Amino acid sequence: MCDTCGCNITPANRQLVYRPANSGNAVTAVSVLTHLLARNNDAAGHNRMHLDKHGVLAVNLMSSPGAGKTSLLEATIDALKDEFRIAVIEGDLETENDARRIRARGVPAIQITTGSACHLDAHMVHEALHELSLDDVDILFIENVGNLVCPASFDLGQHRHVVLLAVTEGDDKPAKYPVMFRVAEAVLITKTDLLPHLDDFSIDDASRHVRELANAAPIMPLSARKHIGLDTWLDWLRSEAAVRRSRPAAGSVPGHASAPIAAE
Amino acid sequence: MHELSICRALLDQVEILAAEHGAQRVASITLSVGPLSGVEPDLLQATYPLASSGTIADGARLKIMQTPLRVRCEQCGAETAATSNRLVCGACGHWRTVLISGDELLLTDVELTT
Repeated sequence: MCDTCGCNITPANRQLVYRPANSGNAVTAVSVLTHLLARNNDAAGHNRMHLDKHGVLAVNLMSSPGAGKTSLLEATIDALKDEFRIAVIEGDLETENDARRIRARGVPAIQITTGSACHLDAHMVHEALHELSLDDVDILFIENVGNLVCPASFDLGQHRHVVLLAVTEGDDKPAKYPVMFRVAEAVLITKTDLLPHLDDFSIDDASRHVRELANAAPIMPLSARKHIGLDTWLDWLRSEAAVRRSRPAAGSVPGHASAPIAAE
Repeated sequence: MHELSICRALLDQVEILAAEHGAQRVASITLSVGPLSGVEPDLLQATYPLASSGTIADGARLKIMQTPLRVRCEQCGAETAATSNRLVCGACGHWRTVLISGDELLLTDVELTT
């Protein structure tokens, strides 16, 4: 049998070869090759340009619920508020509770309530950015919805992804949630003051799991409540903020195909 | 469960393409999805009929091509297969590797009926 005259068409494969009568129309095959989240990524690039124009460092904080993101922010604001102008975008399914905690520290906080959405996206962050005066901000923290799965897929326009892992969660979380921990540009092991009460969390094992994701990100153990190890984190923020301030208005949009290539 | 958001983003793109080509129906959609994309192909497949209902892509065949996980070692240069939570070099075992395939989340082809 050949594949030119039709002799290879049998009763068994006939339906694969002939289209139903009502689709006698022409079929056009279009080759695309675009990212499924191209619109989100474009919006993220737009956010990043806004932030760069104002020399703002944007940090996307991600973790499971209860890993201590808001407590970390409270301690960070207390330590840095005389040094940097800080603002916070809070993502939660419901309530303004976290934004209230942040405002009580004297910094602006915009609450995004996502309803049932399990992650923030670039459009939500864009709306929130319009409520902030970026000229008056040096560091913007975006506290994502507590979730180790979905937020990893959505670029928000941040400069750095920071992922928190509380010692109460288990040291194999990076192996269980590789998509999230692979993109982390800093990993904070939180609530280390509880380590004496736990016999099954090893900072070395947690670090090894992060490295096995081919991730060279700094790993910083700390306790926000007891002020242990905070200096390493604060110094990391200082150096990242300095990078942003030294290259304002560069308009660099990493990973955004249509953006101009920024001079390094 | 962000597969619904992803599905809607996909349908937005397909609807634009269909309008550009003056299509009446979408016959098939082909995606390229890697294990580290953060998207579960089965969930995407299950969500698709719900998300596409009433759109021009209602009833279109969704084909999801799964890409392999491969890394290139920065130490020894070998290109080897890897798994989602062990991206170390399969030849020398070093962890400093670069992902060369496996995080794709791409719309690759659409077949339109005009």
